[in-house]
Amino acid sequence: MKTSNLFKVLMFLTLMSSEAAWATPLKIDTAKSTVSAVFKQIGVGVESRFLKFGAQIDFDAASPDASKASVDIDIASFDLGDPDYNREVLKKEWFNAAQFPKASFVSTKIRGNGPGKLEVSGKLTIKGKTSDVSFPMTVKKEGAVQVFEGNLPIRRLTFNIGEGEWKDTSVVADEVVIRFRVLAKP
Amino acid sequence: MNNDVLETPPRYGLTAILLHWFMALLIGATFALGVVMVDIPGLTPTKLRYFSWHKWLGVTVLALAALRLLWRWWRGVPPAVDMPRWQQQASVIGHALLYVLMFGVPLSGYFYSLAAGVPVVYFGVWPLPVLIEADPALKPALKELHIALVYSMLGIVIVHLLAALKHHFIDRDGVLKRMLP
Repeated sequence: MKTSNLFKVLMFLTLMSSEAAWATPLKIDTAKSTVSAVFKQIGVGVESRFLKFGAQIDFDAASPDASKASVDIDIASFDLGDPDYNREVLKKEWFNAAQFPKASFVSTKIRGNGPGKLEVSGKLTIKGKTSDVSFPMTVKKEGAVQVFEGNLPIRRLTFNIGEGEWKDTSVVADEVVIRFRVLAKP
Repeated sequence: MNNDVLETPPRYGLTAILLHWFMALLIGATFALGVVMVDIPGLTPTKLRYFSWHKWLGVTVLALAALRLLWRWWRGVPPAVDMPRWQQQASVIGHALLYVLMFGVPLSGYFYSLAAGVPVVYFGVWPLPVLIEADPALKPALKELHIALVYSMLGIVIVHLLAALKHHFIDRDGVLKRMLP
């Protein structure tokens, strides 16, 4: 009897503590979610996807300010639509994927900004360089699925992406937008 | 030597002559740039620049080809110079093929670029119509087509050139002089 009561109390405490620490993380549908880089190359707009990434989002519409998000991107999965170019951008002067195989984003603060709107701040790390970023994100429900969308503008030279002769922004523009659409279920 | 030509046959008009030589220059430059750019290994800023210039030149050739064809329909061409029937027929077929290729080569390149997911932005400023979606399956086929058409054009241009020189230096019938400014 005694042990069973103790067990119940422990169970209760465990559940309470886990509730308090984390709004339940959502399950990310990585097959349907997309993360891409949008940039200009001699005036031509190009959108290229990162095919492999993982994300963790804790979000409760009732208390958006308690949200947390983190994303890990597999740099080697960057797809420019041409196998030669894909190999090229993994080299040292671009992403240096051998030394820095992952890019990551970790939120430091998420603030509700009206219905379906969030203002996200956090730390973005690419090629070993970390920069503070903030960007607007929208969230909407499509059935049971929650869709998070946003555009995060960065400058590639902040992260040394494109060294040497590639610093020339007349060929590849400095401005890059990281565009994402993440689908998640409770 | 040119004095040996007994009489000068009716010439092409100035607009036709200018279009002919300007396009010859552009097509030559586009071809040379194409050959050089695909030989650059890997990926360099120069390579990307050359690809862009090649596309802008190609689009210019396409526009001029359309203008030239319209001009030809409107103004006509000088009557044929006296020559054997087979040569007459060969010249009609050769010129027709050159016109087909003046459209076919840039168009195949344009669609190859679209299939590769890189729309053409003329001079880096004016976005041209995206007529097909990026298509990885179609891309290699259009690449092959573009190359095949380019080298067909090269072959016919060489024959065109040799024929012009033959008319000038061997037949001395004034055919080449009709196209000289």
